Amino acid sequence: MKAYLARRLARAVLLLFAVSLLCFLLTRLAPGSFFDDIRLNPQISPQTIATLQARYGLNQSLPLRYAHWLGSVARGDFGFSIAYNTPVSRLMWAPAEHTLLLGGVTMLLCWLISVPLAVWSARYERSLFDRGVSALTSLFISVPEIVLAVGLLAFAVRSHALPVGGMTSVGFDELPAWGKASDIARHMLAPVAILVLVGTPVIVRHLRSSVLEVLHAPFVEAARGCGIGGARLLFRHVLPAAANPAISLFGLSLAALLSGSLLVEVVTGWPGLGPLILDATLARDLDVVVAAAMLAAAMMIVGNFAADLLLLAADPRIRTGSPDAV
Amino acid sequence: MRFRRAIWLPAAVLVLWHLGFLCAGFLAPYAPAEQDRDLPYTPPSHFEFRGPQGFHFRPYACEADAAAAGNQQSSCYPVHFLVHGWQYSFAGLRSDLHLFGVPAPRRISILGTDAYGRDMLSRLLFGGRISLAIGLLATLVSLVVAMLIGTLAGYHGKWTDELLTGGAELFLVVPWLYFLLALRAMLPLHLSASATFLLVVGVIGSLGWARPMRLIRGVVLSARERNFVLAARGFGAPDVYLLRRHIAPMTGGVLLTQAALLIPQFVAAEAALSFFGLGVSEPVPSWGNMLAVLQQYSVLVSYWWMLTPAIALVVTSVTYCWLAERLQRWLKSSSI
Repeated sequence: MKAYLARRLARAVLLLFAVSLLCFLLTRLAPGSFFDDIRLNPQISPQTIATLQARYGLNQSLPLRYAHWLGSVARGDFGFSIAYNTPVSRLMWAPAEHTLLLGGVTMLLCWLISVPLAVWSARYERSLFDRGVSALTSLFISVPEIVLAVGLLAFAVRSHALPVGGMTSVGFDELPAWGKASDIARHMLAPVAILVLVGTPVIVRHLRSSVLEVLHAPFVEAARGCGIGGARLLFRHVLPAAANPAISLFGLSLAALLSGSLLVEVVTGWPGLGPLILDATLARDLDVVVAAAMLAAAMMIVGNFAADLLLLAADPRIRTGSPDAV
Repeated sequence: MRFRRAIWLPAAVLVLWHLGFLCAGFLAPYAPAEQDRDLPYTPPSHFEFRGPQGFHFRPYACEADAAAAGNQQSSCYPVHFLVHGWQYSFAGLRSDLHLFGVPAPRRISILGTDAYGRDMLSRLLFGGRISLAIGLLATLVSLVVAMLIGTLAGYHGKWTDELLTGGAELFLVVPWLYFLLALRAMLPLHLSASATFLLVVGVIGSLGWARPMRLIRGVVLSARERNFVLAARGFGAPDVYLLRRHIAPMTGGVLLTQAALLIPQFVAAEAALSFFGLGVSEPVPSWGNMLAVLQQYSVLVSYWWMLTPAIALVVTSVTYCWLAERLQRWLKSSSI
């Protein structure tokens, strides 16, 4: 088992390295650069631009620049943002916290809603409740995220039920501690609602089908025969046996903590990583884009790795290498 | 037989839907970029079938606030069918025939107009043509790539398989929107309309191949060991023959299902990209850049008809998902 873990870890590190190389090469082979717009200005001489490029090391050879960049990653700077004239990590710290807050709340709500929904709709298969849940799930899975975001935003703006735009109200600094928390919570409602609507259906659909499969297994029949029923049967016996796909999905939602809300953040004006990355893309501030992509990839790898660990802990079939492991 | 019964309905709806956008020039009353600066944000007109002489079959288009003003005669005007208007070209033919229109100084706007007084219905139709074309072409690109790489990995196996699945994993670990932005960031921002179109197709298409590739690899891997393939190999069939005659046909179902799943995703990806101002740019319409005006909250509050591209996106997505579900069910029942 230790060998298995070591192999997974080595693969994860290798993958991260490959992602960094790919991102770096992609952005550095790009025809444009940050100074393209300046070059159009006749008042700025080519010498000035050359000096600027030399200062930011844009005229060095590719391997050298990659080495420099790796060095700055090792120092924890993650490259240098030309637009803001500061190391990227300093730029990303506060937005990353905001995104993490949004993602954390979303993830918690998603799982709290979808697990009981999935288990009960599988338990009462073909009932009105189950049909309703399935219909809603199919609908929300197929509606694109951008439409959900714009639609809910339109509702929020028109009804004045939810505050939209930003994370805090105007007089935020004067509020007491509790007022601050509730202000942020109210601003969070719209983006969280959109993200929960996007995330929940996927979990419900997968978990429902796997619970359904287990409910037809002989051991459930046997448990019923022994007089175990109701919630105890569902949550103590059926759910653990049906948890494997859900654990993989949990890994994915862990991975999406930082990256899953990009579009919604931009649409609702949440000051997280999304708007930062979009602005950096439009300004060709490439180090920021690369650092964000790296961060997202790292989260994805960590999430998958965590899912593997959890699967290992939860499922004895995987631990023993049994062939009927799911 | 089962295939046809389960799948004809969503497929027929989709064919009609696409056909409508293909005939955008005929259905749209105005050119998509034609402006009328005097009529910004005109609300959708409504139709009357009752005039001063009682009921008539010809619909009369009325300006939205006409009823409130109480002067119906002056602001209602007859809608004519199969009229001649602006020139458009369709499949190499030039024509100026349109399904409907109103006498010249008047303008009809079934879905209202946008900030420049451009007809929303016309923009929706022409924008849909571009958005759907991007979705279809990007799907074609990524499925061709997935087919090539997946077949190679599954059929050749060994180190080729290791290398290619590793490469696919690389594309799966970076979230697609991040990848889309990173890839878009490296390419020039300001380009001509057709170059942007190809660029968006390329960017989206080159990112989506990893997941179908894994599925195709799986199918090829199991197909390679099937008895009839082994038998054919035993009779001395060359690899190319085996792939073409025996293995490629087995991937058909997976390819179809993946196409039905990928097309709406890619149409939505185009919408997101153009919404951010990184995709198709004005004055060429696409559903994404039509939605971009909604970033201003004032538009979102006051002009509900600006949300119509979102409805078109939902219709596209829901119908394709319906088709994909039917295809998946058919695939499951036919593979057992």
